[in-house]
Amino acid sequence: MEFWRVPLDADTIQVSLGIVHILEDRCKGCGYCIEYCPKQALEFSTKFNQKGYHPPVVIKPDECVNCHYCEIICPEFAIFSVECPQTTKPGQAETNHAI
Amino acid sequence: MKPAVLTGEYFMTGDVACAEGALAAGCRFFGGYPITPATEIAERMAIRIPHVDGCFIQMEDEIGAMASVLGASWGGVKSMTATSGPGFSLMMENIGLGICTETPCVVVNVQRGGPSTGLPTHGAQGDMMQARWGSHGHYEIIAIAPSSPQEIFYLTITAFNLSEKYRLPVLIMTDEIIGHMSEKVIIPEAKLIKTVSRPKPKGRKDRFKPFAPGPNGVAPMPAAGEGYNLHITGLTHDEKGYPVMDVETQTEMMSRITEKIQRNLDDIIRTDSYLLEDAEIAVVSYGISARTSMAAVIEARKMGIKAGLLRLVTIWPFPEDQIRKLADRVKGFVTVEINLGQIHREVERCVGGKVPIFLVGHPGGTIIHPDRVVKMLKEAF
Amino acid sequence: MQEIPMTSKKQPQHPLDDLIRTDRIPHIWCPGCGIGTVFSACLAALKASGINLQKTVMVSGIGCSGRAAGYVKLDSFHTTHGRAIPFATGLKLANPELNLVVFSGDGDLFAIGGNHFIHAARRNMDMTVICVNNLNYGMTGGQVAATTPYMAKSTTTPAGNPELPFNLPLMAYACGATYVARWTMLHIRDLTDSITEALCKKGFSFIEALSPCPVNYGRRNKQKPLDMLKLYQEKAIIKNHADPSTLDIDFEKGIILGKFIDLDRPTFIEHYDKIYRPSRLQENVPELNS
Repeated sequence: MEFWRVPLDADTIQVSLGIVHILEDRCKGCGYCIEYCPKQALEFSTKFNQKGYHPPVVIKPDECVNCHYCEIICPEFAIFSVECPQTTKPGQAETNHAI
Repeated sequence: MKPAVLTGEYFMTGDVACAEGALAAGCRFFGGYPITPATEIAERMAIRIPHVDGCFIQMEDEIGAMASVLGASWGGVKSMTATSGPGFSLMMENIGLGICTETPCVVVNVQRGGPSTGLPTHGAQGDMMQARWGSHGHYEIIAIAPSSPQEIFYLTITAFNLSEKYRLPVLIMTDEIIGHMSEKVIIPEAKLIKTVSRPKPKGRKDRFKPFAPGPNGVAPMPAAGEGYNLHITGLTHDEKGYPVMDVETQTEMMSRITEKIQRNLDDIIRTDSYLLEDAEIAVVSYGISARTSMAAVIEARKMGIKAGLLRLVTIWPFPEDQIRKLADRVKGFVTVEINLGQIHREVERCVGGKVPIFLVGHPGGTIIHPDRVVKMLKEAF
Repeated sequence: MQEIPMTSKKQPQHPLDDLIRTDRIPHIWCPGCGIGTVFSACLAALKASGINLQKTVMVSGIGCSGRAAGYVKLDSFHTTHGRAIPFATGLKLANPELNLVVFSGDGDLFAIGGNHFIHAARRNMDMTVICVNNLNYGMTGGQVAATTPYMAKSTTTPAGNPELPFNLPLMAYACGATYVARWTMLHIRDLTDSITEALCKKGFSFIEALSPCPVNYGRRNKQKPLDMLKLYQEKAIIKNHADPSTLDIDFEKGIILGKFIDLDRPTFIEHYDKIYRPSRLQENVPELNS
């Protein structure tokens, strides 16, 4: 998804950062989270879960803005995001782990 | 607020006495739909139930009525409905839900002539087998048959007590004749009326299993909103109430809902007898037909025929032992009922060919005249 | 590709796990089915509403959506086909303190259970009815429903549906519902907000949630799971307070979403207490003040 217009104050707004958690074995591979992630941060994993589906995997962890859309569209309660403390700035991907 | 128990002597119809019995038993929800000849029960409840802080609702059909009665029971109050043949047919699926989910409630069937619309204003006893097996699947049910307005008052209380104790819908199988007949009804003082309420759970709420049977085979029952996070389903379920689709769970659930009745037959079954001790011929009947049969027994005795009456108060579970014991000592049986042989077949099954058995039946629309029973007693034996 | 390593071995808790019977997850709904999303929106709304969840009961009928009651960690009842509303009516009348949520499907609520819906709305029975509309009978393998679009294919309309579907918001409005909204499972935030509003509102509230059934409806109508969602995205016209008579679902013209009706009128219990149980009203006054 793209912005229809770029907000005028886009560069002054502090964008929150999120950490995505995936409960792989709940996933049934519908791909809705991948399709509707506004930052295209997710992709189908190549590996299978217990039920034989490909769960999503985070390919761009730095891009997550903690919008929760993956969390609310998921029919399986299999993915959610939590806010990353604001001290963590972009580029510090190594701290982008589960809390 | 007015009293639930209207202590005193009255001249009232069976339908009204049934409603008063329900209120005395603690019924506080009535969900119904008008149908002849049961409407007067709803009408009486509509007037009386708000007096005792209860709630009456006329639903959009009998299906909704039965569903609302089950819902109200899980809401924590004693609930009932009343109907007749066509409405009873519509209630069947949800009566099954009540059995499967072990929901206490009372269903009154004021029987009229059938099948289909049949004879709305004329009595019959043609729904006795529907009471037993009308809902799909195998199950146990309790059905009782009162013989007078006075008895319907007491038996409605009994019906509530049994439904609360054993957690299932209890059927009162009365008929148009008793429903519309006015007789003296004595309502005793409230303190003389014994009422039973469903066992409530104790202990930790998070570990509670809504279908784990107690000592008499019946599980305690919380109401919605009490913090148990109940899940109640009409699917085959385990003790937690969770649906499980396998043979083991089905077997376990079936034994739970059937054994709680089969193991407590002595507590559930009620029969009544008249001149049966020395009888050579046993007349077996119930409801209004038992009253005409009693007149026939008196008449036969005058003629020197040693007849006696076994009146079935509880129809389901069927009083098999009582019939079997009788079959060992009498020369024959006559069953009297306003249908063409429903309970007759049950009696026949229990007699097991030991002695002859005859039916005085009727297709429905009127009572069976005692003369027909006397004639049978004279000619058959 | 970088996979996020989990520092903790313990499975992280989904924010809605406290409202789910996690021992029953994964649920039975097919991959791509939208019921789970609507259910999730309903749980989020239950949390957001601030209502007493111990006094909240979910009642479902039969069908795919009817299974929702089995997954919510509240008092929940999975009843007979079409009878969730009268069952909930009994619960509410027995204990007016309870908040009733009826969560069921279009076939359950509007075909076999249609009579109960219209009468509960007419009475203004205090409950929130959420209808997951997937345009067909999914559980039994994709038969035509009272909501299937004209000419759509199903196993029982193999050459196309000869019937016209219901306009559900119009029906709810005409019968007396005091809150009526429609969203799709893609408009999750609006859907959640609407359910939250409905839960907090007294009276009969109705929310229609359009949801894909890729396995049974989509497969027979040349729609992949994502096609249906794209259709929702492209064809959605958000028009709050739209005239309910204009709300037929027509994917050619566009589907109108929004909150259509939000009005107040006394509930069944309020009328009943006023006429039949005035003592209850008097008793309730000190409680409200304290």
